[in-house]
Amino acid sequence: MEATVTTATEGKVWGGGNEPLKASYGKMMMWFFIVSDALTFSGFLAAYGFSRFKFIESWPIADEVFTHFPFLHGVDAPMYYVALMTFILIFSSVTMVLAVDAGHQLKRTKVAWYMLLTIIGGAIFLGSQAWEWKNFIAGEYGAVETRGGRILQFVNSETGKQIALHDFAAPTGEGKQHINANGYAAEKEGEAVYTVKDIVDGFTANSNIVIRTETLNEEGHKTILSREESAEKLKSAVLVVEGANLERNEYGNRLFADFFFFITGFHGFHVFSGVVINLIIFFNVILGTYEKRKSYEMVEKVGLYWHFVDLVWVFVFTFFYLV
Amino acid sequence: MAHAHASNVKRIWTVFVILSLITIVEVALGIVKPGWSMTHIIGMKILNWIFIILTIVKAYYIAWAFMHLEGEKGSFRWSIVLPLLILIPYLIFILLTEGNYVHDVMRNGFISWDF
Repeated sequence: MEATVTTATEGKVWGGGNEPLKASYGKMMMWFFIVSDALTFSGFLAAYGFSRFKFIESWPIADEVFTHFPFLHGVDAPMYYVALMTFILIFSSVTMVLAVDAGHQLKRTKVAWYMLLTIIGGAIFLGSQAWEWKNFIAGEYGAVETRGGRILQFVNSETGKQIALHDFAAPTGEGKQHINANGYAAEKEGEAVYTVKDIVDGFTANSNIVIRTETLNEEGHKTILSREESAEKLKSAVLVVEGANLERNEYGNRLFADFFFFITGFHGFHVFSGVVINLIIFFNVILGTYEKRKSYEMVEKVGLYWHFVDLVWVFVFTFFYLV
Repeated sequence: MAHAHASNVKRIWTVFVILSLITIVEVALGIVKPGWSMTHIIGMKILNWIFIILTIVKAYYIAWAFMHLEGEKGSFRWSIVLPLLILIPYLIFILLTEGNYVHDVMRNGFISWDF
C-alpha cells in the first residue's frame, strides 16, 4: 500500500513542487541572496564602527561635513538633504510595494505605472547621491595636514565658524606641486594652488584666525586652539588639503572619506543595479510577459531586492549621518 | 497563498506614514541635539541609542510590511531573520570591543600619534 503512495507522489515531491516553506524557488533564492548581501553590508558597517571606535575622540562630525542643499548656497543645512534622499527612497519603496500589490490583482496598467514611479524615484536618488559625492569631493573650506597626518582647519576666532582657505590666503604655487588632495585641480597647467607658505602667510596676516584640531572635547565639539597655540601648531603643517579623495580629505581622519566612498558607493551601485533590473521588469510588464503567465511574481522578487536597498540605506543613513 | 489576492493598500500607506514620522523625528533630534540626550549610557550617548532603536523599528516595518515577511510561513521567515539576528550583533560586538581596545592602546601607549 505504502509503495503505491510513494510512487504516486514521487514526481511532485522530488521535482520541487512540494514547497514546504510555501514560497517559490525564485522568491526563496532572492531572499537568501538578500541574507548574504545583508551580511556583506553589515561587515562594511561593522568595519566602519571599528574604525570609529578606534578614533572615537577625533572622528569628523557628520553634520559639519554634509551641510549642502541644492539652490541654497552658503546656507548651513545639516542633514536636510540626506533626509530628503531617505524620503525619496522610502517613497520609491512604497510605489514598488503598490506595484506588487497591483500585480497580485493582475492589474497590468497599474503595475506598469507604479514600476515607472519606482524607477524615477531610484533615478532621483542616484542623482542626489552623485551631487552629494560632488560636494564631498570638491570640499568647501580646505585645511592643512600635519606631519602626523592630522587635519587642521581654520576658524574665525569670534564666530567659531570655519573659514575657507580662499578667504584669507592667496595662492602662489604652480599647478604641478601635487600638494592638493584634488589631483585634477593640481594637474591643470599653470593654475595656481596653495602652498603651505601661502596658508601660513595668510594666517599671520589675519589675526582673527585660529586653528581647529581633529580632537573632540568633552562636549563633543572640535577643539579650537588659541592664537598662540595655533601659530605653534601650524609649524607642523606639511600639506594643503582641499576636498577629499581616497588618500586624504579636509574633513579629518583619512578613513572617514574611505568609508564614505566605499559604503555609499557600494550602496549606490546596488541602487543602480536595482534601477536597471526594475527597468527590465517594467518593459516585461508593458510587453505583457506576466499577463501571459497570469502571475506577477517577478515584480514581487525584484520588489524584494528594491526594498532591501531601501533597508540598507536606512542603516547607512543612521550610521553615517546621524550617530 | 491566501494572502496573495487581498489588497494591502491601506497597510502600505500606514507603514509609509510611520516610516516618514520616524525619519522626521530622527532628523529633528539630529539637528536639535537636546541636552538630556548627551549623557552616556552603556558606552554611547542616549541620542545614539535612540537613533539605533528607531532604525531597527524602521527596518522591522520595511522587512515585515514592504517585504511582506509577515505574510510568509513562520519557518521561512525565521530562516531568513534569525541568521542575521545572531550573526550581525555578534560581529558588531567583536569589532567594537576590539576597536575600543585598539583605541586604548593607542592612547595609553608610549608612541605619540599626533606630532
